Amino acid sequence: MSLQICDLHARIVERAILRGISLEIRPGETHAIMGPNGSGKSTLSKVLAGHPDYEVTQGSVVLDGVSLLEREPDERARMGLFLAFQYPCEIPGVSIANFLRAATQARLPEGESLSVTDFYQKLYHEMDALGMQRTFSSRPLNSGFSGGEKKRAEILQMAMLQPRYAVLDETDSGLDIDALKVVAGGVNRLRGPEAGLLIITHYQRLLDYISPDFVHVMVAGRIVQSGGPELALELEKRGYGFLEERYGSSEVSPLAGAGTPG
Amino acid sequence: MTEQQAIAGTDLLQLDRGVGDFHYKMEYAYDAGAGLSEQTIDYICEAKNDPEWLRDFRKRALATFLREPLPTHWASKQLAELDFSQIRYYLAHGQKAGRTWEDVPEEMKRTFERLGVPEQERKFLAGVEAQFDSEAAYSNMKEALRDQGVIFVGSTEGLHKHPEIFRKWFGKVIPTGDNKFAALNSAVFSGGSFIYIPPGVKLSHPLQAYFRINAESFGQFERTLIIADEGSEVTYMEGCTAPRFDTATLHSAVVELVALPGAKIQYITVQNWSPNVFNLVTKRGMAMENSEIRWIDCNIGSRLTMKYPAVILRGRKARGEVLSIALANNGQHQDTGAKMIHLADETTSNIIAKSISIGEGRSSYRGLVKIPNHLKGCRNNTECDALLINTSSRTDTYPAITLRGNRSSVQHEASVSKISAEQIFYMQQRGLPEAEAMSLSVNGFVNDLVREFPMEYSVELKRLIDLEMEGSVG
Repeated sequence: MSLQICDLHARIVERAILRGISLEIRPGETHAIMGPNGSGKSTLSKVLAGHPDYEVTQGSVVLDGVSLLEREPDERARMGLFLAFQYPCEIPGVSIANFLRAATQARLPEGESLSVTDFYQKLYHEMDALGMQRTFSSRPLNSGFSGGEKKRAEILQMAMLQPRYAVLDETDSGLDIDALKVVAGGVNRLRGPEAGLLIITHYQRLLDYISPDFVHVMVAGRIVQSGGPELALELEKRGYGFLEERYGSSEVSPLAGAGTPG
Repeated sequence: MTEQQAIAGTDLLQLDRGVGDFHYKMEYAYDAGAGLSEQTIDYICEAKNDPEWLRDFRKRALATFLREPLPTHWASKQLAELDFSQIRYYLAHGQKAGRTWEDVPEEMKRTFERLGVPEQERKFLAGVEAQFDSEAAYSNMKEALRDQGVIFVGSTEGLHKHPEIFRKWFGKVIPTGDNKFAALNSAVFSGGSFIYIPPGVKLSHPLQAYFRINAESFGQFERTLIIADEGSEVTYMEGCTAPRFDTATLHSAVVELVALPGAKIQYITVQNWSPNVFNLVTKRGMAMENSEIRWIDCNIGSRLTMKYPAVILRGRKARGEVLSIALANNGQHQDTGAKMIHLADETTSNIIAKSISIGEGRSSYRGLVKIPNHLKGCRNNTECDALLINTSSRTDTYPAITLRGNRSSVQHEASVSKISAEQIFYMQQRGLPEAEAMSLSVNGFVNDLVREFPMEYSVELKRLIDLEMEGSVG
């Protein structure tokens, strides 16, 4: 049982971005990936989720024994993979509650229908635990939300959908300290023997609230160093410069792709 | 919550084209044959036992129809594909509409049962009329309403039994010469509803008509006239379906509404025509002092729909509203809109039109708002929003707002948006299959409008949108 990424290569148009990523996340583990801008961190999250813009050229991803890469994004999600987006999309006119109802319903076996009462009970329970106003769930998803509200909405969705493996793509970026605490609280609530987490972040800040079991450093499309939580602290102190010098950066490696966000 | 669940669990208005795509072989007692001439009119008049004034009316209308050109100079060239000589203008079983479903001929009864009409009637309707081809097969209303003096009958029965009300308003809101298709309807009309609500009577449940086309190469020309007397209130709902044929089917209705002072009429249409239907309908209401007419118009399916519900605001403080949703899929053109003619002070009108174009589908909005110079305190608000699903979809907006003088105000907003690949990916990442993600976006797009609908119809509309979206991704 694990989310096993093996020698993963991926490109967008003609530019290689992931150049051989291997990583295994077991339920109960929390991994953090850190790295400079343009190292391919966000690409990894999108490739795992099945974004159509990226092409996998080599390698495999196996979720609890089932190969992931030839499956549609929605199948991957229903298999238990969740991605908290760095830039969540606006879905005008669809309330958070209705969206989550549809997503929850999509996970039920054919012909079975969701109990509306149970659903709202669970929704309000999760919202209370995350310290969210109940009225929040009737707002159209991400429409006109502030950065912090969008991230809270991601965490609420994660709480409701209870993924086996959750990838959080720079969920901490642009958050004030209160929002950061909500996000961290949501993540910590999900942690447990059943769930594996992959936290992608540029800064050590989030890791003050969510202490990872493993920290990996990604540079130019590869994981160049792995270690325990102490690695994150070291990076915070020394910066990414020395790693880029050693393993290549977007400047020295055209393959890493300058200007790719994340 | 529980009521919502109960309603979501039953099909209150069965307009699924898959379910509607069937027909029975019928023996018609009356068949005017294909083609249109004075003889056709005579045949219809004989079959229906029309009074002489109506025969004259029909013949004058026929002359107008034959004289008027097709409006292809501004409307779709597709109209020219209609072959009026191939259409059958009157097909009837020759029996009076049943008051109970037991009285309805077997095939017709089975048709409406498959469409769920008797079930809806039991659940939430105050009265039902079910039309099969040219004539009503069933017509009934709750006893209590009859006691209050409410009239809800077919147009033929209306003109025979209540000529004093019928003739006063018939053809007054939409004159025969209004447009070519109104003239055609006036010449050959049969079926449709005649409704009169006495002063002060407020109906708590809707009256519903279901228009069913069964025959091939057929034209359905129902004629509806609703008069809400002073201070009364009524909601009328129509649903339509037809089986899918290779040949063109024509549906050309005329609907006239009269809201007398202080009355409220809400007219709801949800139609889901099969893709061979030309749907060319004229709908107009006249709103007297302090009255309100509201058209809720949902057009799904058909090959070409041309429909611009109108309100003539004749009395002071009259209010008019058109809420319209059009969904154009591959090979379909929804040419819809609204007209608001302000003729009195302090009249207000509101138009909200939303269109969705899928694949090669095309939607057009045409609006006409007129506020003349001498009026004061009039207001109009027009919003039209278009959503494109694919790059090959098309949408056009033709708003015409004429505001003279400076004592009234108008406001117009339009937008065009597209569902982005990122939106779909985001929703898929939450576990929704692509088609479901699409229909959720579309439902989101129409959501603020659908909220204004009675719940029974918003549930059905959502279901229809889901069905349309299922076939649209591949």
